[in-house]
Amino acid sequence: MKVLVTGGRGLLGSAVVRELVQRGRDVTVLQRHPSGAVGVREVLGDVADPAAVARAVAGCTAVVHLAAHVSMVGPWEEFERVNVHGTATVLAAARAAGVDRFVQVSSPSVAHVGEPLVGALAQPADPAGARGNYARSKAMAELLALGADQPGFAVTAIRPHLVWGPGDEQLVGRIAERARAGRLVLVGRGTALIDTLYVDNAAEALAHALDRCHLPDVHGQAFVVTNGEPRTVAEVFGRIAAAAGAAPPTRRVPFRLARAAGAGLDLAWERTGRTDLPPLTAFLAEQLGTAHWFDQRPARAALAWRPSVGLDEGFARLADWFAAG
Amino acid sequence: MTDPSPAELPPEGLPGLDARWSRLVAARDADGVRRTWHVLDTHAGDGRGTPALTVLCVHGNPTWSYLWRAVLAKAPHDVRVVAVDQLDMGYSERTATVRRLADRIDDLAAVVEALGIAGPVVTVAHDWGGPISLGWVLAHRAQVVGVVLLNTAVHQPADSASPALIRLARSGPLLRANSVQTPAFVRATTALSGPGMPRSVAAAFAAPYRGAGRREAIGAFVADIPFEPGHPSAAALDQIADGIRSLDLPALLLWGPGDPVFADRYLHDLIDRLPQADVHRYEGARHLVSEDAPALVDDLWTWIADQRAASWRLADVAGIGGTAGSGQASPDVPIWAGLSRRSAETPGAMALVEPYDGGWRRVTWSLLARQADLLAAGLAARGIRRGDRVAVLIPPGADLVAVVYACWRIGASVVVTDAGLGVRGIHRALRGAWPRHVIGIPKGLALVRATRLPGARIAVRELPAIARLGQVRPMPAPPGRQDEAVVVFTSGSTGPAKGVVYRHGQLQRTRDLLAAHYALDDSDALVAAFAPWAVLGPALGISSVIPDMDVSSPRTLTASALAEAVQAVHGTVMWASPAAITSVLGSAGDLTPQQRASFGSLRLVLGAGAPVKPALLHGMRSLCPQADVRTPYGMTEALPVCDVSVGEIDQAGPGDGVLVGRPLPGVDVRISAVDDAGRADGPLTDEAGLLGEVVVRGPHIKDRYERLWATQRASARDSGWHRTGDLGHLDVEGRLWIGGRLAHVVTTADGPLAPVGVEQRVERLPGVRHAACVGVGPAGTQVPVVFAVMDGVRSGLAGLEVTERVREAAGVPVAAVLALDRLPVDIRHNSKVDRALLALVAGAVLAGHQGRSGRANGTPA
Repeated sequence: MKVLVTGGRGLLGSAVVRELVQRGRDVTVLQRHPSGAVGVREVLGDVADPAAVARAVAGCTAVVHLAAHVSMVGPWEEFERVNVHGTATVLAAARAAGVDRFVQVSSPSVAHVGEPLVGALAQPADPAGARGNYARSKAMAELLALGADQPGFAVTAIRPHLVWGPGDEQLVGRIAERARAGRLVLVGRGTALIDTLYVDNAAEALAHALDRCHLPDVHGQAFVVTNGEPRTVAEVFGRIAAAAGAAPPTRRVPFRLARAAGAGLDLAWERTGRTDLPPLTAFLAEQLGTAHWFDQRPARAALAWRPSVGLDEGFARLADWFAAG
Repeated sequence: MTDPSPAELPPEGLPGLDARWSRLVAARDADGVRRTWHVLDTHAGDGRGTPALTVLCVHGNPTWSYLWRAVLAKAPHDVRVVAVDQLDMGYSERTATVRRLADRIDDLAAVVEALGIAGPVVTVAHDWGGPISLGWVLAHRAQVVGVVLLNTAVHQPADSASPALIRLARSGPLLRANSVQTPAFVRATTALSGPGMPRSVAAAFAAPYRGAGRREAIGAFVADIPFEPGHPSAAALDQIADGIRSLDLPALLLWGPGDPVFADRYLHDLIDRLPQADVHRYEGARHLVSEDAPALVDDLWTWIADQRAASWRLADVAGIGGTAGSGQASPDVPIWAGLSRRSAETPGAMALVEPYDGGWRRVTWSLLARQADLLAAGLAARGIRRGDRVAVLIPPGADLVAVVYACWRIGASVVVTDAGLGVRGIHRALRGAWPRHVIGIPKGLALVRATRLPGARIAVRELPAIARLGQVRPMPAPPGRQDEAVVVFTSGSTGPAKGVVYRHGQLQRTRDLLAAHYALDDSDALVAAFAPWAVLGPALGISSVIPDMDVSSPRTLTASALAEAVQAVHGTVMWASPAAITSVLGSAGDLTPQQRASFGSLRLVLGAGAPVKPALLHGMRSLCPQADVRTPYGMTEALPVCDVSVGEIDQAGPGDGVLVGRPLPGVDVRISAVDDAGRADGPLTDEAGLLGEVVVRGPHIKDRYERLWATQRASARDSGWHRTGDLGHLDVEGRLWIGGRLAHVVTTADGPLAPVGVEQRVERLPGVRHAACVGVGPAGTQVPVVFAVMDGVRSGLAGLEVTERVREAAGVPVAAVLALDRLPVDIRHNSKVDRALLALVAGAVLAGHQGRSGRANGTPA
């Protein structure tokens, strides 16, 4: 199987590329900057550039579309250009090139409207209800992708939830940095249960999705994938901090205050056009203050997959990685 | 009277109402005038063919056919459901006439005929729809295959103080003011439902009654209730009330006991007239019982399906579930036989010893037997007859024992409530069992006064006079084993306490199982540290002693008091609850050497009533070194089922749950596997290791639940077996392990999990005093959460280190550990952890912030 992976450079992208190469797939990657990945064909370019995408997908039979503009802030136009138009471009090029399997990497946030999610099933993507530009653009992208599912062009959307692992600069990096600086706070009492997903498990889930996305009950569907081990926010933060050799968080911000502060910072960033990350956003406050964990039975059955790295093992590997500097 | 107006269709969009059901039907009414009715009809104008059955629903006042929307919605395809709006009601024609009961019965007949309902019919009626439907039934007997009644009445006893609300509404000017000129009566009726009724549903009930003209019939309806003999409708109602006594049809009575209009006395009157009826009281439901009890419509359809399956044969009134017959092989040895025998053989020996005025009162076998006989004849003379229920509110002791055996001797059924139910619980229990007589101490009678139960009250201080009366009055014939003997109540730790009915035959088998398994004979003496068991002593033919304690609170029993009791009768067998054992062990340090030595006479110590922790059994073993310390397993519905000794428990070692041992001879235990949703609907199996609901069979299990038809049906759905509601598994040696309650099973994505095993493993950690395991999340994908009471850990989310320690000990992927100062337990046994409450707490805490709507979208199953 010749597979195009878009956005193969980040934490998850590089893990997926490694996983596919290991499984003997012939992998091409498309991204804007050289990745240095071994054993793959590399095409440099933007997912919203039809010519670059057509070049990359030529000769492939399968696509893992991972490239996205990921940020908690920033103007809508950039999210729309990369996440919405980029997905449309990759879908069109894939069909033109004769690809028959397409895995859209999505996000549970496409269906999260701020309520607690307790053992929830994957709900349909909802651009109108999604919180923030990123979630809205990814919701539109998922609808585009699943809408393209048809005989001969099987599309499955996979929504990995809170991917983390050694080298992660988003969740792990920020928590470790703040914990070391003594600035790590919990929203509310930190008792909300959240699902997370160790990066190697995410990569395996995507590889399984690629193998099975042509099957009935798999194509045309969206699946949330997680480790299936929900833990409290306090424990997740505490164990990441511990792996980084820092003290667990002891300070708390009441939920309403955190959300109000996040909303204020959102507004300030929007007015001033800042593109760096604010210390808190309303979306983040909600994410850290409300439960969001998922019923993993549909994903495990459809993908014939179970996470191979449990949370305990994942945190141990994270500690080793920190210790190795 | 206001102007007539034709029938019309209801507005669209009323919640739960399918517009396709509505139709207008024309027919000639009782006076030959052409009228139009609005009816709901599942077969309105479609070609579904001839239905196998028609369910005819008749509403009361002031509701309309909307009341039956859920019955229509859940109808099987081959059953037609028709719900008629009566003339001048709902959306049917306003006739500007006064319609009496007899007219309304004729009206119903006319519309049924116009609808072409020719095949078999089950009627379902509520409120004053009840007499109307029954009037129609009596005139169409050949066509009717079943009657169902919800909160209604067919008879107004002249001395009846109720329905006070209706009387008030009827009193002259208030009638028009209340029911016609204002919508108050309509609104008040929907307010007679519980607080949960959505506003939109209440509005739908009121929708056809906007404007005084449209409400005219409500007033007329109320005025047509015959309270006085001369009333124009009195004759019609009396005819119905008498007529239904001869209805040999299956009947179902579904009741909201919280109805201030149709109170339980009317249910009792209906049971008296329809003794074959299945009855289910929905505790907590009020007048609009079908709105208040969500299970009602499903139960109704289940009942109808059962009757269809039985080809509409008359229900077997004598024995439900086949258990009554299984005791036939055993000889019918009366429950009082032990008392009679000991009185004849050892008249001067002690039958019962109880604390009295700082010392002991000793009652000989001959005195006890004679007192019971005299009371039996005396109570019969006071009007207590075979089959009557008698609530006995007397603390354990000689008076209680004598009264209970007197009742049994004359075939009266004893309703036993224990103080652990609390005042509210006793209140509910008595209203549910509806005793005809009450015998009690002043405090007990005062409690009963508040329940407004009818029937005779007998104070304990009258007992000597009744015994004297018994000297000169004949002793009635004794009951047989099919006669009802007792109504006892479940603990109520999972919802309202349920009444459990035993017949004499089943009590006899309980006695025989205990006597045979524990090899009880005349040389034994029972120490009833759980005082109610003193009642069983005479049945077993062994003497008993009640220790000096507050019998309503096992925690008041001290080691010294227990030792004195053992000494008083040279006790050989002791029966104690875990709470009593805890208290005894806690005060064992106060024992004198002589008191301590007195425990040496005990050969058997039984800890029961709730799961007894091994530490308590070990404690009793060191206190009573000669005794075989055992713990029987059973429940209010079947006792005993299994039995195990402390030695066997030690030998088996830790397992997944509490080892309760092997079934007693003659008792069968099976497992019904639990599925993803936490339901135990699997076939009965003895496969080792399979987790599921424990199901038992034996000659001694309950006859039925009282006035809980649907509960009884579910518990006895495997004929002859009783579903215990306990969660457990059998091991390869055929021993039963209990893992908690079925309702508390944690349904994880990797299969069901029993909480008790997890709790035991966590409790073995140093510093953990008490643990409870609950599931959070939707059924089938729950995660386990552990609550723990730990030394030096403050309430709240446990820290990382504690969490990891508990998770490792638990051996399952615990999502979170929550520390508490203490765990909530039920009041009756002071030991059953309220896991349902803890699951709610865990669900709320671990959902974090509740979002904009303030509700979590997943609640614990």
